[in-house]
Amino acid sequence: MSQDDNAAPLVEAPADTVAGEVVLRLTDVVKTFPGVRALGGVQLEVRAGEVHCLLGQNGAGKSTLIKVLAGVHRPDSGEVQWRGQPVEFANPQAAMRAGIATIYQELDLVDDLSVAENAFLGHEPRRGGFVRRGHMARRTREILGRLGHGEIPPGRMVRALPAAGKQIVSMARALSHEARLIIMDEPSAVLAHDEVGNLFRIIRELTAQGIAVIYISHRMEEIREIGDRVTVLKDGRTTAANLPARDTPTSELVAKMTGRNIEYVFPDRPADTGAGAELLQVDGLTRAGEFADVSLRVRAGEIVGIAGLVGSGRSELLETIYGARRADAGAVRMGGRALRPGSVGAAVRAGMGMAPEERKSQALLLGEPIFRNVTLATFGRFARLGFTDAGRERAEAEGVADSLELRPRDVRRPVRTLSGGNQQKVVVGRWLLGGTKLLLLDEPTRGVDVGARAELYQVIRGLAAQGVGVLLVSSEVPEVLGLADRVLVMREGRMVREAPAGELDEDTVLDLVMAGSLMEGAPA
Amino acid sequence: MTDSTPTATPERPAELPAQSPPVDPAATSAAAKSPGHHGAAPATGRLSFWRGDSGEGARRNLGLIGVLVVLVVIGIATRPDLYGNSSWVWDNILTILKLASVVGVVTVGMTFVIIGGGIDLSVGAIVALAGVWATTLATQSYGAGGMIFTALAVGLGVGLVNGLLVSYGKLVPFIATLAMMVAARGLAAEISDKQTQVSGNSVINGIASTSPLGIPLLVYILAAVVIAGWVLLNRTTFGRRTVAVGGNPEAARLAGINVRRHTVLLYALSGLCCGIAAIMLTAQANSAQAAMANLYELDAIAAAIIGGTLLSGGRGTIVGSLLGVIIFSTITNLFAINGLSTEAQNMVKGGIIVAAVLIQQFQFRSFTQFLGRNRLTTT
Repeated sequence: MSQDDNAAPLVEAPADTVAGEVVLRLTDVVKTFPGVRALGGVQLEVRAGEVHCLLGQNGAGKSTLIKVLAGVHRPDSGEVQWRGQPVEFANPQAAMRAGIATIYQELDLVDDLSVAENAFLGHEPRRGGFVRRGHMARRTREILGRLGHGEIPPGRMVRALPAAGKQIVSMARALSHEARLIIMDEPSAVLAHDEVGNLFRIIRELTAQGIAVIYISHRMEEIREIGDRVTVLKDGRTTAANLPARDTPTSELVAKMTGRNIEYVFPDRPADTGAGAELLQVDGLTRAGEFADVSLRVRAGEIVGIAGLVGSGRSELLETIYGARRADAGAVRMGGRALRPGSVGAAVRAGMGMAPEERKSQALLLGEPIFRNVTLATFGRFARLGFTDAGRERAEAEGVADSLELRPRDVRRPVRTLSGGNQQKVVVGRWLLGGTKLLLLDEPTRGVDVGARAELYQVIRGLAAQGVGVLLVSSEVPEVLGLADRVLVMREGRMVREAPAGELDEDTVLDLVMAGSLMEGAPA
Repeated sequence: MTDSTPTATPERPAELPAQSPPVDPAATSAAAKSPGHHGAAPATGRLSFWRGDSGEGARRNLGLIGVLVVLVVIGIATRPDLYGNSSWVWDNILTILKLASVVGVVTVGMTFVIIGGGIDLSVGAIVALAGVWATTLATQSYGAGGMIFTALAVGLGVGLVNGLLVSYGKLVPFIATLAMMVAARGLAAEISDKQTQVSGNSVINGIASTSPLGIPLLVYILAAVVIAGWVLLNRTTFGRRTVAVGGNPEAARLAGINVRRHTVLLYALSGLCCGIAAIMLTAQANSAQAAMANLYELDAIAAAIIGGTLLSGGRGTIVGSLLGVIIFSTITNLFAINGLSTEAQNMVKGGIIVAAVLIQQFQFRSFTQFLGRNRLTTT
């Protein structure tokens, strides 16, 4: 189609396999959040009847892009063209009505409603205020039949269905809206291996009916099998568009995903790392279904990074070490002394501190002033006979604010008013007070803008220089490689590689992290 | 390419506060190192101890005082004859405070529970059980001390059970305390055999009738509980933990706070307040019975909510709750001096609860809208 020509130099020649008309076209879409440019110019073109794969590392902007298409976010600038018309969806309902359905990773189904009620949630067929239950059940059965799953009873409670069945119900909901574009966010992540084949059969049937699918997955072999064209995102930008999914060399895709990143500025690594005494000893730590038989060591003054995808068990591992989850087996020792399992208090008393993955829901009292958030773990130490010392707390918090260059500096402001990066400084800063020996950091720079990122890296390196051990989890491989002294790679709940950071490069780690799938069928 | 690339490393002071880990747990004061930006950093003066630090809460409380003023103006307009008499006005103020005293004490405990993210529906029943237990013939034989001890111990004990059910039994607070409400009233009826138990102890009965310096002792007790509650909430680690546990239990847990133990203590505190209230109420009636303190839970919750305590936890003030209670008893008083029915009174109270929550929601929404605007302009 001739429209391809005006779609910027990024766009390569269209794959011949796709003949459908362009249903969705994004031009220079930009979306910023406070302090973060989530999308910095995205181009995307999706045709009817194709499976268009979106590829990108965590934080590349895929989720934000999906939410823009689903009507959750509105772009700051740029154009979204839907079936030839520029559109801006005011809310998710509007996107649904226009024919764009989204199947999120965490399925948004109501467990205690039936399959039919879920499929038609919000637009139940009605007559005179009453739901036409028989009609709804009949249509649900018909849609399920189209999906090749006529065996699912429309009256069954969704709670009783397995994960694969729930996914079918989500798709049935999309079809009940007569969707022309279905966005699937890592649909295979919740499925067993044989169920993936069934998912692909359904996707093929959908595309045969002219429905377009945007498919997001980290698994290269899936993209090769089901995808028609691939668009690659990196740092909120399209770095490659409309590559043929089957024969683009893997090396090229990886290069487009990773490319050297000027945004990462890491502090220098001192020459004599890992010289300190062993601080943390984890042996055979296991939690059923999350991770198994993990052993690791962290020395004083050392930064150890864990690389792994979401769902590889890395966050769960960190929380278990910290005592926020109870291990099924294995032991955690600090300085040789075993910690009471399942007790955060014991871990904190032994000198551990954690900055959890979800800042807002797991770490902050958003309405409370900054200084009270900074002293949340230590106010008891500043107290005398149970009476808090507000002046001392504020002074200590101001010391932290100074050393972290917190902005704004007024520690009496509510944390709610800070940007993501500064909120993260508050969470990390909490553990600068009162003798923390080991800091556990889970995605310390998620949602943090570039400048604050560099500052956080300085802070973390500075802590290590003072003898604090750091165990860092991040899904951004460059961050792990650039910041850590030693790297552990985690996949599906197991440690698959351990090496000094200098001996690994990004491609190798990505290969390990993605189940080695990038190696398969790679001509390069 | 994986090596550090310090091409544009800004000159950034990476050193951390002096008391930083790991070598110096003695925590030398950072106040010496960085004299705070706000002058008042070493706040140890006697005055600063009492200074509130929440501007938002203070503004809300000013609004409540405004409501009180309106109620007094209505009183003056409807009964100018009474308000013309200054000794009557003073007596009437004391009447209102006395009326507020028992529910006020219960409300202080309730405020802690709600700020901590819970709710206690059993307070009225605990007051009744504690009152009945303290006035059995056996208890009365130990004298006033025995009666007071019994009431406090029963309140504390029942509160502990509530707390254990909620935190370790993982029952929803609403359900746990609802069950306790039914069970405690049942036990009170069982103990008293559904009879009114007269208190023959003159010391206990005297609590309601003595007025040192012209102010009823009950009002002193209310004042003492309110002051203790204020200090506990605003100046102690207990108060800080309460706000943290109610505001974000997960964050509190990950900061090393023992959320379960603290939850137990919150319900125990509420129970203790009920024990104090039981003595006050028994003294007023010179007796106790299983049906006493009926619906106090609703009065206490309503007063706390009007006072600005967030029902979802994490925010609230003792002063606000006190004002909520006083507003309620002022309305009761207003209707009484005008000879109006309690039915109309209840309707007005219901309206006030709705109005208070609506106003709070509106304030909150406009506040977040303001933040949203702010955010757009800064990016």
